[in-house]
Formats: sequence, structure tokens, C-alpha cells
Amino acid sequence: MGVGIEVEDLNAWYGQTHTLKGINLQIPANSATALIGPSGCGKSTFVRCLNRMHETNPVARAEGTVRVGNVDIYKDASPVEVRRRIGMVFERPNPFPTMSIYDNVASGLKLNGFRNKRVLDEVVERSLRQAALWDEVKDHLKSKSGASLSGGQQQRLCIARAIAVDPEVLLMDEPASALDPVSTAKIEDLIFQLKDEYTIVIVTHNMQQAARVAEKTGFFLSGHLVEFDSTHKIFTNPSDKRTEDYITGRFG
Amino acid sequence: MPHRPSRANVGRRQAANHLFSVLAILSTVLVIAPLFAILVYLLFQGVRSLNVAFFTHLPRPVGEPGGGMANSIVGSGIILALASLLGIPVGIGAGIYLYEFGGGKTLANAIRFTADVLNGVPSIVMGIAAYSLIVVPQKHFSAFAAGVALAIMMVPTVTRTTEEMLATVPNAVREAALGLGIPKWRTVMTVSLKTASPGIITGCMLAFARVAGETAPLLFTAFGNQFWPASLNEPIAALPLQIFVYAVSPYDEWHRLAWAGALVLIVLIMVSVTLVRVVTGRGMLNGGH
Amino acid sequence: MQRGSGGVADRTFAALMLGCALSIFAIVALILGILILRSRLSLHEFGFSFFLRSDWDPVRGSFGAVPFIWGTLASAFLALLIAVPLALGVAVFINEMCPRALRTPISFLTELLAAIPSVVYGLWAIFVLVPIMRRSVGPFLKKFFGWTGLFHGPNFGIGLLTASMILAIMVLPVISSIARDVIKAVPNTQREGVLALGATRWEMVRIGVLRNARIGIVGAVILGLGRALGETMAVTMVIGNHAAIPKSLFAPAYTLASVIANEFTEATGDLYLSALIEIGLALFLVTIVVNAIARLLVFMVTRGNTARAV
Repeated sequence: MGVGIEVEDLNAWYGQTHTLKGINLQIPANSATALIGPSGCGKSTFVRCLNRMHETNPVARAEGTVRVGNVDIYKDASPVEVRRRIGMVFERPNPFPTMSIYDNVASGLKLNGFRNKRVLDEVVERSLRQAALWDEVKDHLKSKSGASLSGGQQQRLCIARAIAVDPEVLLMDEPASALDPVSTAKIEDLIFQLKDEYTIVIVTHNMQQAARVAEKTGFFLSGHLVEFDSTHKIFTNPSDKRTEDYITGRFG
Repeated sequence: MPHRPSRANVGRRQAANHLFSVLAILSTVLVIAPLFAILVYLLFQGVRSLNVAFFTHLPRPVGEPGGGMANSIVGSGIILALASLLGIPVGIGAGIYLYEFGGGKTLANAIRFTADVLNGVPSIVMGIAAYSLIVVPQKHFSAFAAGVALAIMMVPTVTRTTEEMLATVPNAVREAALGLGIPKWRTVMTVSLKTASPGIITGCMLAFARVAGETAPLLFTAFGNQFWPASLNEPIAALPLQIFVYAVSPYDEWHRLAWAGALVLIVLIMVSVTLVRVVTGRGMLNGGH
Repeated sequence: MQRGSGGVADRTFAALMLGCALSIFAIVALILGILILRSRLSLHEFGFSFFLRSDWDPVRGSFGAVPFIWGTLASAFLALLIAVPLALGVAVFINEMCPRALRTPISFLTELLAAIPSVVYGLWAIFVLVPIMRRSVGPFLKKFFGWTGLFHGPNFGIGLLTASMILAIMVLPVISSIARDVIKAVPNTQREGVLALGATRWEMVRIGVLRNARIGIVGAVILGLGRALGETMAVTMVIGNHAAIPKSLFAPAYTLASVIANEFTEATGDLYLSALIEIGLALFLVTIVVNAIARLLVFMVTRGNTARAV
């Protein structure tokens, strides 16, 4: 089951650039939360701080408190543990091209030392079913490479790979922006299904997408979290003038 | 949950991670160590053995102290000048063809590929080829044959860097010139080539540095000579060749001269390579590919 | 400037440049042709058995290349055995671990190794490496690894092992520089994909980097092999130059390149010379094939579609 996320006074930098400025918010468990805002507003940096991917860039750093469940991920856990508990799906589908479909999904489990074939088979099937990909790939699980799938299938494979290790939180950084409309719709359906079991945080520049899948939405602008509220409220009656400008398209 | 990781597994993985980091750092140290071992020892032995006579005197016969490698230095200069004179224009021409005329055509790709493969042919093979082509028909060893052997080795490097450097010239510059009605050949020579010239010059220096230390192709072409070079049609002394002969000789005095010669050679090469690196930020090895 | 003369000049210029480019083909063809021509005596006399016979006796006019093929392959593979792990270690260190500020200096230092001429490596090996091998490394290996049978016989310091070590240092920069390029060509999204699953840095390198770059790395190793097969001077100076199949890593050996370097100018008799040129021809053909394979592999990775499965 998913857990909630509490963020207190989170700041992040790329080199000298202050990209996140004092972010505070609480993301509820087992729901989908969307983060919107113009490009460069800090929404991607924010999700990358939630699983400590931000710091993999040598010039990047972050300060503040992020509690996932009861764990302060910057104090009480190593990045390796954090990232195992918090899955991530990227903008560009990145299946491992030298691995079969099966091995792609099993890769996270194998890293964690699971070698039992029966367990692996079971988890691979369950994850692919959850990612709505099972029927399309079940006949060539081990014969086809992850890179041989279409873009939309690749992204669902990456989702299956991320949920196979049974994370508590699933971060999605613009997961559909590189996909065609049909594939995008499938991903959105999937998010709808998955949010009962996982806490999902999705970054998107597509406001309709946020409105369709998320219970809560946060609006970022130049490193600040301008407004965070129920999606309905954000899209119908925002409290902040800047949010209103953005969602009505009056903004850059 | 049934498949949460165990702590033991995390510990083993972290240990593997640390081992890997140590090994990667260790291999870097092990790779750089011989470089310093060689350079420091060379500097120590070379400086001890260098003197003015080294640069001004001819070699002396065994048993007579003193003597130098003046004729070898001049000989190397002549051979390298000849090689540059023959190899660089051909290489630049081929590079111009590849970028300005070749485009993505099959012929151009085949030429690129052949140049890369030619770059990997052992230098000793160039030596026997030049011997068979030039020394045998002429019936004598010669500076000319040595120059040809080294020129052939310079061509692929010069070709590939010229092409790469021409690619850095913005197309707008060419189009501007062509738009003024300047014919293509003048555009290439005065606009493209001129704009790319710093890169092309460094490419040529790279090729020069790579052949300057070559010994194997000189064995059966330049052959070596105890006297001052007099003509391109005679056997000629060369620095790397002389270092080789002295290094494998049994005489301490000659060993001393070999170290001095090696120091001079390496300074010559290092200066040009470092200059190349400083000017273009390119590596020694990237030149040929 | 008249249009007409411009057209003629342009065509002449294009033809001239094409000529330069075609001369690269001509060079390769010319080398091949002349080597075949000058080795025809030996080709005719021995046929393919030249590469199966193991006696090399100029006095009796009997020539077989087996000892040289053996020495060449043994020294090259030993050299790769030493150089490949180190080269990969350096390539990974530079790309994946090293602070950005150190990247360029370390790359530069490893490439300087490539700038040192073969004859200088040989000189250093004769006066520094050989004594070390004779006094320390050799006895150590004999004492602790003698049971493997690889370190039989007297240890003079010169021989197969010393030659392989100097060869390893020489091919290292070639392999590490290409490996660095192919590792760099692995898209960052692959690294992030592995890290996001909760991988350590080593797991990220193993799964996300080395696994994806493996074809290019094989290419780099083969390129190093090509260099090792043809390397002449340093090897000639320390391998011992003895035309027999070495029975131990301490034993003197001979390579294709070093027998040419040593005996070419002393070769008396047309058949002797022709046999040496045939060895050169073999070396030429082998290195061309090896380099062609390596270039294709590296090309597939650095300019082809890296996300393609294999």
C-alpha cells in the first residue's frame, strides 16, 4: 500500500541556480497528485527530490525535509533504499535494450537478490498485468527485447518495471509527453487503476491530463509552489491570480 | 510484503559497490603510474646525458667518448619535412573531398572506413611496403623512401581531422560566399579552409607527432648513416633509429646517448601534443577516428 | 571572374580533391599488390603450409611462420588480459565517478601514454622493466605461481611476459579512449532507469552502462588487439627473439613484426627475403580484418542507434 509524503521547506539548486524555493506540501497516500506549471518551473526537480534522483547530477543539491511514510529520506535512509521504495517513470521510455521483456520487469527484483524463479515469474506476470501490457507481450516475454516494443508499450513496460519491486510511491515525470494520443489515454487509464494501490505523483504540462487523473494538483511557478489544492478547486476556482492565469492560458 | 529486500542483501551490495570503486580508482592509478615512471626516469637519465655536443657532433665510433646525434636530429627533420610535404596536402585534399563533395555518399563512407583501417596497419608493414616500392627498384636505401613511408601514415589522420574541422564551419558562411557568385573552389580554399585552419593545423601537428617517434618504418628505408645527410637519395640517420641501435648495443656510452636522444624526441612530441590539446581540447587518439 | 572559367576550375578542383581521396584506396591496393608481388617466391615455394610449418631455418632455406604466429598471439592476448580490465576501470572512473574537474587531466594523462614512441618504451623496458622482472617479479611469480606450470625455466627478465607487459601499457590508451567514447554514448536515461530501481553505483555501471556499451567495448578491445598484433619496436627489444614456440611465460619468443624488424636487413637470399615479406603480408591482412571488425562495432555503438537491442 502507498504512504503519504510530507515535504517541509525543500530547497534545491542546480549549480548556482536556485530551482526550488521553500516548498511545503503534504501528498495524501493512495491517490494521484498532479504537478503542473510552465517548463522550468521546478516541478521536475521537485519529483526528482522525492526519490533523491536530483542529487545524481554532480552540480545539483537539495536541502530540507522529505518524509515518506515515517522515514525522513534525507536523514534516515540511503539513496539506494529510498529509490527502491519509491519507483520512478521517466519522460522518455527507457527500457533496458539488452534485456528481454521478462528481464526488464525482473531487473529490480534481481538487484535485490531475488533468484527464486517461481517468485520472479509470478511478480513479472502480476506487474505486466497491472501495467495492462500482459496480453500484448505474454507470448514473447523472453524472446523479445524491451526496445522492440512501441513507444507506448515501452512506457507501460517501464511502469511494470517500477511496480515490480512493490514501491510505496510511484513518481511519474511527464510519462506521456513523448507518446501518441492513444498511448497517452492508456497510460492515463493505468494511473487511474494504480492509484488505489500506490501513491502516485505525476508531473505533467498537460492540464487536461491533470484534471482527468489527479485528486490533488499543485501549481509551480519559477521555483515556488504557488497553490496546492484539490484538482477540482484548482481548475474551477483557484485562489491565486497566477494559477488562474496559467490554467486559462493567459500565461506564457 | 513478500519481497521486501533483506538487510543482508543491502550490505553485500554496498560491499560490492565499494570494491568496485576501489578497483576503478586503483586501475586509474595503475595506468598513470607507468607514465610517470617512464617520464621521470627518462628525464633523470636524459638530462644527465645531454650536453651541447649531443646537438652539434656526429656519433663517434665505439670506445671514443663523447659524440652526439646531430646528424640524426637533422636527418629526422628532413624525413619528417618530406613526409609532411607529401602526406599533408593529400590528407587535406581527401578531407575536403569527404566533407565538401562526398556528403553521405557510399564512396565517401568507403573512403572514411578505409582511412580508419589504414590507420591501424602496423608501421612495420609500411616499412616493407616502402622498401619494396622504392628501395628495391632504386637499389639503395634513401631518405625519400622513409619520407614516403611516414607520409602514408600521416594521410588518414590528416584526412579525418580535416573533415571534422570543415564540419565545424557553419554552412551559412559557405552559402554567403557562393551567393556572391564566388566559385566553389575559391569558396572552399578561401572561406571553408581558412575558417577551419586552426583545427586543421592542429590535426597536422597530431599526425606529425604520431609519426615523429616511429622507428619500424625507418629500419629498411632510412637505414641509418654515421654522417651528415647529403641527399634524399642516400641512407640517412634518424633520431628514433639511432636510439634503437644504441639501446640494444652493449656499450654504456651508447646507452647514455640513447637516453639523451629519447628525451629530445619525447620533448618534441609532448610539446606538439600538449599544444594540440591546449589549442583544441582534443586528444591524441581522437585524431584518427 | 568569368562564369565559364569558374565552371572549369570547379570541375578541376573537385577532380583533384577526389584524386586525393581515392589515393587512400590506391595506397591500400598498392601495399597489398607490392607485398604479394615481393613475396611470390615464398608463396609459390611453401603455399599455405608456410603458416603450418614451425621450422625457421634460413641456412637450410626452410621457412615456417608458426613460432611467430604463436608468439604474436600469445603476447597480444596476454597484453589484453592485463590491459582490458585496467582500461575499462579507467574509462568507467573517468565517465562515471571522477569529479568533473579531474576528467580532462586524467584523460590527457592516459592519452599521453599513447604519445610515447615505441622505441622509448623499449628503451625503458630494457633498463628498468627487465631488471625488475628478473630480480623481483619473476622470482615472486615462480615462488607463488610456479605450480601453474606457466613459469618454468630460467628467468632472464626478457621474454614473453615482459614483452606482454610493455605491450599492455602501449595498448591501454587505445582501448580506454575508445571505451570512454562508447560509454559516453550510452544515454543518461539508461543510468537513471537503473538508479531509480534502487541500484548502487556499481549496479548502475554494470547494468545501465557496461551492458549497453558491450558491443562498443568489444570493438575497443579488438582495436587494441590490432595494435598489439602489429606493435614492433618495444616488443623486439625485450621479447628475446628466439624462433621457437615458448614453453613458459619467461621463455624468449618471437613475433611476426619483430622477426621482420630483426632479420629483414640481414636477409640473404631471395627466398629468405620473400618469406619475411610474406609475414608482412599476413600481418597486413590480419590487421586490416581486425581493424575493420573493430571499426564496424564501434561505429554501431557511437553513431548507430544505441537504444537498439542486440
